[in-house]
Amino acid sequence: MSFLTDFPSLSRQELRDLKKGIDASFRDFSRTYGETLESFFDPLLQFLVFFERLLLTTPWPVIIIVISALAWLGSRSWKLSVGAALGFAIIGFFGMWEDTMSTLAIISVATIICIGIGIPLGILMAKSERMQKVITPILDVMQTIPSFVYLIPVVMLLGIGKVPGLIAVCIYAIPPIVRLTNLGIRLVDKDVLEAAEAFGADYKQKLFGVQIPLALPNIFAGVNQTIMMALSMVVIASMIGVQGLGVPVLRAISNQYLALGLMNGLAIVTLAIIFDRISQHYGKRLQRHREGGHHV
Amino acid sequence: MSEPKVAIQNLYKIFGPKPEKMVEKVQAGMSKADMLDQHGHVLGLNNINMDIAPHEIQVIMGLSGSGKSTLIRHLNRLIEPTVGKVLVDGENVLAMNETTLRNFRRSKASMVFQKFGLLPHRSVADNVAYGLSIQGVEKAESFERAHRWIERVGLAGFEKHFPTQLSGGMQQRVGLARALATDAEILLMDEAFSALDPLIRSDMQDILLGLQDELHKTIIFITHDLDEALRIGDNITILRDGAVIQSGLPQDIVLSPVDDYVADFIKDINKARVLQIGAVMGNSQSVKGPEIERTTVLETALQIVSEASASGAIIVEKGKKVGTASINDMIKAIARTEKKSGTDAPYR
Repeated sequence: MSFLTDFPSLSRQELRDLKKGIDASFRDFSRTYGETLESFFDPLLQFLVFFERLLLTTPWPVIIIVISALAWLGSRSWKLSVGAALGFAIIGFFGMWEDTMSTLAIISVATIICIGIGIPLGILMAKSERMQKVITPILDVMQTIPSFVYLIPVVMLLGIGKVPGLIAVCIYAIPPIVRLTNLGIRLVDKDVLEAAEAFGADYKQKLFGVQIPLALPNIFAGVNQTIMMALSMVVIASMIGVQGLGVPVLRAISNQYLALGLMNGLAIVTLAIIFDRISQHYGKRLQRHREGGHHV
Repeated sequence: MSEPKVAIQNLYKIFGPKPEKMVEKVQAGMSKADMLDQHGHVLGLNNINMDIAPHEIQVIMGLSGSGKSTLIRHLNRLIEPTVGKVLVDGENVLAMNETTLRNFRRSKASMVFQKFGLLPHRSVADNVAYGLSIQGVEKAESFERAHRWIERVGLAGFEKHFPTQLSGGMQQRVGLARALATDAEILLMDEAFSALDPLIRSDMQDILLGLQDELHKTIIFITHDLDEALRIGDNITILRDGAVIQSGLPQDIVLSPVDDYVADFIKDINKARVLQIGAVMGNSQSVKGPEIERTTVLETALQIVSEASASGAIIVEKGKKVGTASINDMIKAIARTEKKSGTDAPYR
């Protein structure tokens, strides 16, 4: 009856060999291709470094003005743009300006990458059932797998630094924009699409003239979620050498500095609130035509 | 009849996983209900043959599920056929390649939809110019042409509004203007006025008839409303279970319905507005009264006769007397006929 009480598993020796085998082959792989991959990501690193330096060298009043101008452009709300300026001013006043700029740099670059890859991927998924069947489980894995797990191969391949951190952030933050782009396009009113078809619109004209514009509110909800998730990765990314607000938080955890952890944590929250409100307002403005109301 | 503008030949549409295999069974006489029961396929269209004359309004009517919306979508191939041909000016739409089909949709046949199908994120002007922008017409020119049609359907001043800011009737005017703006010779109207309330609907019918007086397009109009069909149709085809059961001039259908299904349709309509006095023409010498043109509908004829306090009318054609009709003949023709047998109609 030992069959029922002991789970029929591989022996200790077999398991050890299996793990060793995988580790060894991946190590070989990373030794052979690590450098190539690193040089492949070099332009990304250059851009990230350039952007970070730009944010750090620009005088702080200019940054605050630019941010509150962006807030105004996105939301057309005075409250929000004054609030954004005030938020940044307070962060700076408490000595977190430089870390905040580093975080801002990596979040912005990660968001741009996620948009650049995520939206086309979402469009592809909406176009073909097969793509949807293939990509959906991958997204599920990306969202549920503990981030520490995929940090291991990324660090093995690319070492510690900004680029692996950026990749980790992107893996975590890209699923919502892919999903919501796909969903948004699939939810476009069939009658409108049929009308476009009946007037002889080709694939491109349907995509850019009807599907994407009508899916924009959903796509924007995806961008919003992506930014939020990227921000929530800041602390974990700092474990593999990304500068920014995560570093002091990490230090605070290991040394039990309550105030340090709280202050930097709140700075991350402040960034999140500012970006969330701006992008949500912008998303709402995109659907103005839906509210309509009878002006007649 | 002159050369038909649109000719539909042996058209079948069967929905299901293996439609081709089902065609034979339909041709062997299997009914829609049996096909669904035994094979799980839905018979959409069953051997449709139709000739549609140029410059006329062809109405296709039937109850929901009769296949009328499926049929009209074959004319510009929004739905792929199982077998059959749709010839427009002699060219088979169902055999066109993608580019030819796109050009056909852009320039030859435009469509108006029951649910309007307007682009909610674009203004009225942009919507009306949509077909032109798809064709690649320059912006300034397309807006100028769009503006003319916006005026023509009575929406001048609303160019910058979004569709959701307009009432249903106004939205459908936008839909109509959009379809007209491409100058297509064929206008496909899929229950275009069915979603509107009765008063607006009759307004829209007036607009359509007024436009048709000028434009002489070939219009294929789908409806489930017989009053609407009789009002605007030059020709009416009635569908049931995907097959044509009667086709002809409105008054022929009213005078001689081919079966109980059609008879039931026409039971409640105002026949006085459809039947022409020529249809009740006799040749009694005793009838005296005003002279009335043969194609006058009875509603008008009766009014003329009663105003003249006569017992009937002299029917004339091109100024010559061709017959007579007594007031009694006219009333008999429009009186409601009850079915004599008590059995229910078999199609139920």
